[in-house]
Amino acid sequence: MSNIIELKNVNKWFDKFQVLKEINLEVKPKEKIVVCGPSGSGKSTLIRCINRLEEHQEGSIVVDGNEISENTKNIEKIRAEVGMVFQQFNLFPHLSILDNCSLAPIWVKKLPKKKAEELAMENLKRVQIEDQVLKFPGQLSGGQQQRAAIARALCMEPKIMLFDEPTSALDPEMIKEVLDVMVDLAKGGMTMIVVTHEMGFAKEVADNMIFMDEGRIVERAKTNDFFENPKSDRTKLFLSQIL
Amino acid sequence: MNLNILKPNKENLSTYLMLGIGLLSVGFIDIFSNTFFNFNITKIFPGIISYLSPLLLGAFGLHFIRIEYSGNKTLDTINKNLNSSNFNAILSLIVIFILIKYLPPLLNWAFFDANFLGNSKEECTGDGACWVFVKVWFNRFMYGMYPDAEQWRINFSFLLLIGSIGSIFILPLKFKKYIILFLLFIFPIIALNIISGGMFGLKWIETGAWGGLSLTFIVSAFALIFCFPIGVFLALGRRSDLPAIKYSSIGFIELWRGVPLITVLFMSAVMFPMFLPDGTYMDKLMRVIIAITLFEAAYMAEVVRGGLQALPRGQYDAAKSLGMGYWRMHFLIILPQALKLVIPGIANTFLALVKDTPLIFVVGLLELAGMIGLAKTNPDWLGMATEGYVFAAFVFWIICFAMSRYSQNLERKLSTDR
Repeated sequence: MSNIIELKNVNKWFDKFQVLKEINLEVKPKEKIVVCGPSGSGKSTLIRCINRLEEHQEGSIVVDGNEISENTKNIEKIRAEVGMVFQQFNLFPHLSILDNCSLAPIWVKKLPKKKAEELAMENLKRVQIEDQVLKFPGQLSGGQQQRAAIARALCMEPKIMLFDEPTSALDPEMIKEVLDVMVDLAKGGMTMIVVTHEMGFAKEVADNMIFMDEGRIVERAKTNDFFENPKSDRTKLFLSQIL
Repeated sequence: MNLNILKPNKENLSTYLMLGIGLLSVGFIDIFSNTFFNFNITKIFPGIISYLSPLLLGAFGLHFIRIEYSGNKTLDTINKNLNSSNFNAILSLIVIFILIKYLPPLLNWAFFDANFLGNSKEECTGDGACWVFVKVWFNRFMYGMYPDAEQWRINFSFLLLIGSIGSIFILPLKFKKYIILFLLFIFPIIALNIISGGMFGLKWIETGAWGGLSLTFIVSAFALIFCFPIGVFLALGRRSDLPAIKYSSIGFIELWRGVPLITVLFMSAVMFPMFLPDGTYMDKLMRVIIAITLFEAAYMAEVVRGGLQALPRGQYDAAKSLGMGYWRMHFLIILPQALKLVIPGIANTFLALVKDTPLIFVVGLLELAGMIGLAKTNPDWLGMATEGYVFAAFVFWIICFAMSRYSQNLERKLSTDR
């Protein structure tokens, strides 16, 4: 099967500081990858490069057959196929939950309003907040907000979902409700790249694990191998601290 | 009985109350007799003490009645709101004394001794204000030199405006946007044609004859409608990644913000026609409105930019990740939030704009304040400047206060955090 995401020798600098070094990564359709590593290791930057929220300076990134670079004409079209969930939820506070979810389908995918709202309701049911749809984001708990944010991304019917530390800003008792939704999504066959420290989730869902440190992919392995016999010392140290 | 002068307590409440109220009363009697009967009951004391005696007596009085949890509701309320410390007690007294001393003369001048009847300056016999001046000139203050017989055209336009604004609140939601579109794009053209005339059998009335409060409204309304979108685009331009757009926006904003409005108006009226090709002509009022619009747009741009900068980056990320391009991101996500944040700043700019309109006198256009300036130099009405400008201040205050209330209302209505 051909790769849906392919990164080759990607390098990125913030001014003089190199955040990504020689990144090579292939993702197959329906594959679930969990990226972990200490803070500042470039995990978030890596997945933000995939939908070009960050620009890379060297190497090539191909998403679903489209090369992503400064010459990419219709970057919006590619982004519409790549859903993203953020650490800080980033719901639109001036819109109700329903409008948050139906806005992009109406204006980007040009769905009729009624159809977009049906789609939104369907996805909000899936994340189990269908009874909160007319509230504003500020009236919801963190866990509910993050589930709404997942529903919003799903409303664009993306081929790939990127998760940037989706549970790091949540209270402990709300983490599970968000992870449950993500597990459900993974079982539904979505292609997912997840940056997270939730190793339980990783063991349950991930096909492959990636460990990053100082801008490099230090280790990439099948999930079982990764946890049971990690090869690099850096990975062992990290796992011993986090588990 | 053991009275502690420094620390009044609850046990001897009635004694302290009597002492305190007694001192306070003497202080108030002093200020009243001073103000209304020209008699200084404390003149036995040397100058400065005599002058400050009401304040000193009052402060001691308030000190004695400052008893916490006295059990008396009125006393507790007074202590909490006017008398929470010695410093606050003195501030309260100063405010009350200023009101006693200066409010009655003001009321006397404006109402009780004022003249409302009659048609000429000679009929103003009282000591107070001569409102006859405002009454006689009222028509001119409202319509300027616009011919009396044609003034219904201004009234009609104004009623049309009020009517369509009112219908926004009455009609159901789905007509609302059509009325707003009508107000923004069609109404200005209709109103302009009705007021200036020249077609449909209406007599042509040149803009030089327009004036008074109606001109204030016309200039303000046009400048408000146009400076807002221009300001928004300048703000976006200043944050653009494209150097040409960015630097021309910065240049425009800094140029207009750096020049006094009065200079801009003067240039628009005197210098600008010199640059026009021969034979072309642009109405003076039009030039003035364009000048004010561009001037205020520069301020508006900076207000809006403040709002844009206050938005977290995550909002941009989220909008982009959903596949929105620049315009959709800004019009659906960024601007609605940024503009809501800066409603107080926008209201500020709008109020400043309305209050800047009198400056158009430098090019010979006379709105409300300008007409008053003209009327006060009329030989029959010399010395009426105070009445005129108090009237102008009152009218401007009403307009600005209404706008301010509306902006606060809007802020409350649009608030979605909890």
